[in-house]
Amino acid sequence: MQGPGPDPDAGPGQADRRGRQPAPVDHAMVENQWRIEFPRLVAAAHAILRDPSAAEQVAQDAFVAALEQWPSGGVPDRPGAWLMTVTRRMAVSQIRRNVDLDSKYERIAEEAAWREDIPMGDLADGHIDDDILRLTFVCCHPSLGRDARVALTLRLLGGLTTQEIARAQLVPSATAGQRIARAKRTIRDAGLAFENPTRDEQIDRLPAVLEVIYLIFNEGYAGTSGEGWTRPDLAGEAMRLGRMLVHLLPTAAEAHGLLALMELNASRFRARAGADGPVLLEDQDRMLWDRLLIRRGLDALATATRFGGGPYTHQAAIAACHARALTLEATDWPQIAQLYDSYLERHPGPVAELNRGIAHWKAYGTAAAREIIVPLLSDPRLANYPYLPAALADIETADGNTAAATALLRQAIAMTHNGADKTIVTRKLQALERTAPGQDGPVDGSPPEPPSRSTREKE
Amino acid sequence: MRFLIMSKSNDYFEAGGLPSPALMQRMGEFMREAAVAGVLLQADGLLPSSYGARIVAHDGQISITDGPFAEAKEIVGGFAFIEARSLAEAREWGRRFAIAHDGGCEVEIRQVTGPRGPGDATGDPN
Repeated sequence: MQGPGPDPDAGPGQADRRGRQPAPVDHAMVENQWRIEFPRLVAAAHAILRDPSAAEQVAQDAFVAALEQWPSGGVPDRPGAWLMTVTRRMAVSQIRRNVDLDSKYERIAEEAAWREDIPMGDLADGHIDDDILRLTFVCCHPSLGRDARVALTLRLLGGLTTQEIARAQLVPSATAGQRIARAKRTIRDAGLAFENPTRDEQIDRLPAVLEVIYLIFNEGYAGTSGEGWTRPDLAGEAMRLGRMLVHLLPTAAEAHGLLALMELNASRFRARAGADGPVLLEDQDRMLWDRLLIRRGLDALATATRFGGGPYTHQAAIAACHARALTLEATDWPQIAQLYDSYLERHPGPVAELNRGIAHWKAYGTAAAREIIVPLLSDPRLANYPYLPAALADIETADGNTAAATALLRQAIAMTHNGADKTIVTRKLQALERTAPGQDGPVDGSPPEPPSRSTREKE
Repeated sequence: MRFLIMSKSNDYFEAGGLPSPALMQRMGEFMREAAVAGVLLQADGLLPSSYGARIVAHDGQISITDGPFAEAKEIVGGFAFIEARSLAEAREWGRRFAIAHDGGCEVEIRQVTGPRGPGDATGDPN
């Protein structure tokens, strides 16, 4: 490879208008472009080749070309456009080669021909957006398994390396590599790559895409298992995808709804990170909430509502009630209870039902909560869900039934396998044991404190 | 990681000159590109400093001076607030921001403080 010295034949862009030498191009510089441009290049190549594996290869080849050519010519003014042009040319010439080998590629070749030389100025128009959307629907295709969809999305749309995906999914690199390779083969062999959903079909299939993004977000949000690993910032990746999606599908209510939900939940990340485990919502220092994300979340919620909403929008509306409350006492619990009521009417589910019960407790007292929560004890889907006995324990504590509360918390701890959950429940139990009547009381002799703020009655 | 990308103003904009249609178009393209990439949080131009004020606190004394201020090239004329994975990535967006100004501007990138953690994983430059 040539060094970055001045080059009389340098192309446009290195623009040395002030007589300085072009900036040196190193591997890091190209890698940087890679992070930004990779998904767009893969999407464009995939639109031509209809094969995710081949598309990825072509995008990689374009970066190899950049590594070879930029050091002498300087980084182009519009590196993205440069890479896009090279990628498209490589993809089309590959199609032509394939036609020579197998005539079934003729149809693709015909369609591809017009894409080869789109003028650079047109790159900012809708073509590339359509390509990215199409690749998004392919990566999130319901015929792929959940892990495969997540891995492929992180790979092709997030531009993460196989190693990073392995760390994200807590599997060995070889497993992640096989997972991605198998998913790409499935797409190619099943002809999914040829699908080109219309705008209406895109809306129909949007839930599959949103599910993948939300899975990635929650994996980053929970971030509990695999301590000691350096995991990629999955919540950040999911939000990036969500922000991308609302620009690609600006009228899709639930794309905005999911983004609102993620922005609002992420606004509490800083307040949630305690020195010894996650801090519960009711104990968080609300000054640490991220006002920018709250504002963005509320804006996205307003847009989602304007376009008709849906389950993510509904959940975001609940999250927004918390976000709007500057203090815990200012929380509009009746409004939250009402939002849960209408959510459950449309989307029944045991975990949401438990949360509805808690909202009714805060709004209307423990009797209202018991009516909703006690029946859940016989729901087999919650048989191993530690937050059910933990919530009931809070209600028993609030009603002064310390013994019952202690037993429920012990039950909850026995069900917990995840470090953060265990910390939360154990802390509750310790607080209860410190203050429980009949015991020796606090060791340090200070007056007993209320078990936790969550147990205070609203009424 | 969040970054504030600021472009410095110049005498033309400080005198109330409006951005040319070509600049508006290039800036629109930059914003669109950054938005579709999922990195743009907000971007806007700032009015001339005659629409602003400076407040200085010194030994507990507050003094307020209305604009305009001298030294146009020291005045921030526009900004893009982005969420990027690294300073290296932010630098590239800053480069594109500068190119959108047709090369005739000075751009400064500053990282916003934030604890490491979910949604803000890496703190290392580059």
